[in-house]
Amino acid sequence: MNMNDTQQVISAGGEGQLVPQIECRNFDFYYGKFHALKNINLQIYKKRVTSFIGPSGCGKSTLLRTMNRMYDLYPEQRATGELLLDGNNMLAAGVDLNTLRAKVGMVFQKPTPFPMSIFENIAFGVRLHEKLSKGQVEERVEWALRKAALWDEVKNILTRSGMSLSGGQQQRLCIARAVAVKPEVLLLDEPTSALDPISTMAIEELVNELKGEFTIAIVTHNMQQAARISDYTAYMYLGEMVEFGETDQVFIKPKNKQTEDYITGRFG
Amino acid sequence: MNAQDATPDDLAPKERHNIGDLVFFNLTRGFAAFTLLLLAGIIVSLLIGSWESLQKFGFSFLFSQQWNPPAEDFGALIPIYGTVVTSLIALIIAVPVSFGIALFLTELSPVWLRRPLGTAIELLAAIPSIVYGMWGLLVFAPIFAQYGQPFISATLGNLPLIGALFAGPRIGIGLLTAGIILAIMIIPFIASVMRDVFDVTPAMIKESAYGLGCTTWEVVWNVVLPYTKVGVIGGIMLGLGRALGETMAVTFVIGNTNFINNISLYSPGNSITSTLANEFGEATPGLYTASLIELGLILFLITLVVLVFSKLLLMRLAKQEGTKA
Amino acid sequence: MNLLTRRKLINQTALTLSLFAMSFGLVWLIWILWTTLELGISGLSFSLFTQMTPAPGNSGGLANAIAGSAVIVGLATLLGTPIGILTGIYLAEYGQHTWLGKSTRFINDILLSAPSIVIGLFIYAVYVANVGKFSAFSGILALALIVIPVVVATTENMLRLVPNTLREAAYALGAPKRIVIMSVTLKASVAGVITGVLLAVARITGETAPLLFTALSNQFWSLDLNEPMANLPVTIFKFAMSPFADWQQLAWAGVFLITLGVLGLNIITRILFRNKHQQ
Repeated sequence: MNMNDTQQVISAGGEGQLVPQIECRNFDFYYGKFHALKNINLQIYKKRVTSFIGPSGCGKSTLLRTMNRMYDLYPEQRATGELLLDGNNMLAAGVDLNTLRAKVGMVFQKPTPFPMSIFENIAFGVRLHEKLSKGQVEERVEWALRKAALWDEVKNILTRSGMSLSGGQQQRLCIARAVAVKPEVLLLDEPTSALDPISTMAIEELVNELKGEFTIAIVTHNMQQAARISDYTAYMYLGEMVEFGETDQVFIKPKNKQTEDYITGRFG
Repeated sequence: MNAQDATPDDLAPKERHNIGDLVFFNLTRGFAAFTLLLLAGIIVSLLIGSWESLQKFGFSFLFSQQWNPPAEDFGALIPIYGTVVTSLIALIIAVPVSFGIALFLTELSPVWLRRPLGTAIELLAAIPSIVYGMWGLLVFAPIFAQYGQPFISATLGNLPLIGALFAGPRIGIGLLTAGIILAIMIIPFIASVMRDVFDVTPAMIKESAYGLGCTTWEVVWNVVLPYTKVGVIGGIMLGLGRALGETMAVTFVIGNTNFINNISLYSPGNSITSTLANEFGEATPGLYTASLIELGLILFLITLVVLVFSKLLLMRLAKQEGTKA
Repeated sequence: MNLLTRRKLINQTALTLSLFAMSFGLVWLIWILWTTLELGISGLSFSLFTQMTPAPGNSGGLANAIAGSAVIVGLATLLGTPIGILTGIYLAEYGQHTWLGKSTRFINDILLSAPSIVIGLFIYAVYVANVGKFSAFSGILALALIVIPVVVATTENMLRLVPNTLREAAYALGAPKRIVIMSVTLKASVAGVITGVLLAVARITGETAPLLFTALSNQFWSLDLNEPMANLPVTIFKFAMSPFADWQQLAWAGVFLITLGVLGLNIITRILFRNKHQQ
């Protein structure tokens, strides 16, 4: 399934060559004294989907959360090494976090609609970063909801609370919210783990549609999901990057025996 | 039904032929009924006690400014005015300050300071009101008269419209002082409740807001506060209820004066509670006492209304939310 | 000023103001406690506890007031606690969905927030007016009415925290309901229930208003429940509002004692509850 798609994306996608958007160089991460990520070196390519798989506790969510410096909220968590976004080190002093997070958006494991109307949920993020007229804001909200395949379902109930939607709808709302501020990168942290299979499928279709426009990094504990939607896969174990490569190659012909063991279900 | 859904009563064997259980059940049930009767009892006894006054004055009691024991002419307007004004002042000061304290404790303070500072604020709540009253009269009022009131008059007193609130002789005691002392008293209640509900806001929803690029203030104002509004309103109502019913802190500093001739907050006045505290001991039985008891009834009804209103408000808000994430 | 700079400025201002708010609260706490300490300690002496309240201009102590308070607070707690606990048991174990349970809970909330002066008036109207005179017993009744809602609320909350699996284990052994409640559920929450009682004691120790129309006060030593009894809060009220310096001094000493007692009780309950929690 993926072989032809991958070739097409690389050759015909307009962004014909692989450009690294996020790079980790000699990157380490600590929770207090616990060395959670060890010497990570990897590249996340522009406008591609990169998935992170591995058993519980391997550090994949931890790694994802460093890419928008979410760990900054917690004083005992720290990172060393380099984390480059478009060539600039995001770990350097003086990096403006608000701007970083406008460029790198995040969707979480559980849907987290804000206690506002559906419209406001989306408009809120937009207004933070851009001075738009009322009409422009409305346009953007509609654009984002369409991108998240939610517009038709909510276009008549925009004033209703975001919390009144179903779980799958709420998660698509969160994706719309993240997309509305026009980030370049979308970090998805197990976005379907709290959803039923039908909603999961809807979100996976969404990722497929979004990937031409955004760089997507997705953490998933569901290997089949990674095989279905990603171009590149990273397998992590105990805080280390064990293998990284094109999804097909990693799943069909893994270079590392550990990877093979995990994928074939021998452990994990 | 699994263990979590069952109430303790569902778990018990249904046969109550066991005499011991029957007695115990009725014993506890009896005391619960007692609490119910108590409320009815309070209202009824206050009605009876104030009967003479209710009969003589009727509704005009609420609007009369008179308070003349020798002439046996009484009216509740001055005490009601004092109660309402001092409580409003207390809320106006206490709510923003409590919000600031809760914000500090949950977002700004270093983690090791949170428990001690939180405890310190809660200790403010434990201090008995008579301490506040005495301190207010003998320590705060003189200093307020000397430094505080001139400062306020020089700043707020020069503004149009509200300037008149801060005019007049600066004697240190009065409506404003009582309001300030009340504010200090209710801050710990409101701040603790706010801090508690801010704390249990799920980290994920705050991270979602940070993830969009929000500053800390934007997260608290736009996400945490609306998320916790039920608890916040509950806390404010709790503080208001306390302020309305507070006796000792107010009695010492409100000035015990039964007439109001201007709107300045520097004037001395009376609240329902201070009137009762100061005059009940010497009131002659009969109309005087009945009028005082009627004041108590009015106060009870005011606090009842505030409480019921807040409960209804909270129920409505909870319904509006729909399913929470 | 661009959008980002303005947002950052607002953020900085808000956080600075919150720091001020915190300091504001702390300043009052420290000022009040310091003054109470300073003015109260200078009045501490052996005679404070051995001599009776004097007439103005004479020296004396607060012995009768202290003793009276101890009696009134102690008996009020003794009276109110069982009623409160039994009602709390009903609410948690029998009355979670019954009409009586819901009404009682609602009414208890009202009584919790009711002005204490109204409670005093109630006892006056119901008891004092009928009996014809002020007495310590009426004061005890009034304070008990303040104890009850506090104990009801904490007892119910603590019992609710006990997991159902514990109750099920006891029923599985064949225990009847009252034994399950008394020997298992209540025992499991005993620290919390005691905390509730101690908090109620702390609350009524400082209450003045309900005693104003019930126990009144007494210049002399009296432990007769049928007569007005001296007590700390009302004595302090009388002395502090007076123009006499030695009375004011005694008032400060009294206020210091009350604050010490109340804060001490609060700290003890914190320690007690924290220890049990960590077990």
